[in-house]
Amino acid sequence: MATARSRSARIRSTAFAYTNLVPFVFFALFPVYFMFVTSFKSNAELYNLKSAPFWVQTGVIADHYTFLFKKTDFLVWIKNSLLISVVATSVSIVLSVLAGYSLSRLRFRGASSFGTAVFITYLVPPTLLFLPLSQVVSWLGLSDTIYSLMVTYPTFLVPFCTWLLMGYFRTVPREVEECALVDGATRMQTLFRIVLPMAVPGIICALLFSFTLCWNEFTYALTFVSQTANKTAVVGVTADLIRGDIYYWGSLMAGAVLASVPVVIVYVLFLDYYVSGLTAGAVKG
Amino acid sequence: MSVGPQVLEAAGATSAGRLSRLREWWEREEVFGYGLILPALVLLVALVAFPFGMAIYFSLSDYWVGSPGSFVGLDNYRALFANEVFRQTVQNSFIFTAIALGLKTVLGVWLAMLLARELRFKRLIRGAILLPFVIPTALSTLGWQWMFDSLYSVVNWTAIRVGIMSPPGPNWLGQASYAMAAVIAVNVWRGLPFFAITTLAGLVAVPKEYYEAAEVDGASSWTRFWYVTLPLIKPVLAVVILFSTIFTFADFNIVYVLTRGGPMNTTHLFATLAYQVGLNGGNLGQGAAIALFIFPLLGAVVFFQLRYIRKE
Repeated sequence: MATARSRSARIRSTAFAYTNLVPFVFFALFPVYFMFVTSFKSNAELYNLKSAPFWVQTGVIADHYTFLFKKTDFLVWIKNSLLISVVATSVSIVLSVLAGYSLSRLRFRGASSFGTAVFITYLVPPTLLFLPLSQVVSWLGLSDTIYSLMVTYPTFLVPFCTWLLMGYFRTVPREVEECALVDGATRMQTLFRIVLPMAVPGIICALLFSFTLCWNEFTYALTFVSQTANKTAVVGVTADLIRGDIYYWGSLMAGAVLASVPVVIVYVLFLDYYVSGLTAGAVKG
Repeated sequence: MSVGPQVLEAAGATSAGRLSRLREWWEREEVFGYGLILPALVLLVALVAFPFGMAIYFSLSDYWVGSPGSFVGLDNYRALFANEVFRQTVQNSFIFTAIALGLKTVLGVWLAMLLARELRFKRLIRGAILLPFVIPTALSTLGWQWMFDSLYSVVNWTAIRVGIMSPPGPNWLGQASYAMAAVIAVNVWRGLPFFAITTLAGLVAVPKEYYEAAEVDGASSWTRFWYVTLPLIKPVLAVVILFSTIFTFADFNIVYVLTRGGPMNTTHLFATLAYQVGLNGGNLGQGAAIALFIFPLLGAVVFFQLRYIRKE
């Protein structure tokens, strides 16, 4: 009796959960789906108030995509984004591994205040500093180049990755490290041969987030670069596909979809790392 | 005069000695510790701390693009407080942050509790829920802009067909409170996954016995939530809320792409106004002053976070 009741209660509660999840999943996916659908519609259909907007009715066309490749600098923007993301991410990971290891493992005066300082810079939103940074960038002679972004992106990547990696380094048992030191390994060797291999999940996480943050960054990319040929994919699509005041929604959506593809692929492949990084970044703080 | 082999040997010996002493010095824990943080520290001092100092200096000067200005004290701030657009922006920022944050918190906790159950397709559902967080915000906001189009809005099209809106429906991005609602909707859309997934991590960490005990005691699900779940996830939730407060308050992408602060400055936030005044208008001094208004809230968040961490 009791088990039968609890079983039906359980089924009811599961059904309840699914029904309640539907609106959330719909809310999350619909805009993405709609961008995708829009990018394959002919202009005639796009601007026809009578046709139902939810799917393609008058034939799927790839014109908006071919337009991107043939008539715009889309591929150049993708290349810029890739270059910037790879360079900024690599530099940031190296700096963060060193700093994160030092702050989480080594005892020296001021270590905890440095840790706090890193945490505070992690909380500084890029929008607070973009005006003075644009001046710094121009003093460095990097205005309007992709280097300006390679140099400035580490300012938000390093605090984030350092903080993330500190959590992972703390999980490596101290004994392993001490054994290596006793065996005559230098500190550098201990870090790179013993500690680092044990923190690989953390490194992957940091790589993943850094790459995504670089690729998605908008404020600095919009502010520091104005030449079309030096823009990133996100800014190129957002700013340069609108000619005059006219929005060409087909090509805009095609650009938005294509420029999102790299991060979505990375995300699908590494979903679990993504979730663990997301929770570690905030929760361990 | 030829140099004898002994001299060479002696020189080699001392340089080797110096090298080994250097190596020994480098192996000292505090030296190695400082050495490793040095590169990151240089970067952060040069490109975060120094620009922050510059921002303060800019805000106290009449610095225009291309013409370093002179010190003017608090003139920029005085001008801002007298400025209608700025006052509107202050109001917008607080309304935007309060409503968006409230919605994200309530919906995020609710969603996290749904996700915490034993479900099939768990990974798939989580993957779908997280998608808005992954896609570049500026690009997904473009999609939303199209969904809120003045003529072809899919939102209006659907609502009119369903019969809950009389044609032509609101011009979402062209009417003051509708534009604010649209901006908030996009912010919630984009920020909800972060709330849900981090809260979920907090929920999963709560031992099941707590719920079972409460259930045995015959507590209703609302009582269970209020007296058992909520207190247990409070630490995680507090961190998430604090974190999100600052990044919602400092938002730029969504407003810039969706409304550019319009109509009639009713959706401007500090960051977008700073961009308009400082870069489009070239008034770096005043722009910097506007951006610095994000700072007090950042300070408060840092204060609470640090107190919090120390307590843990």
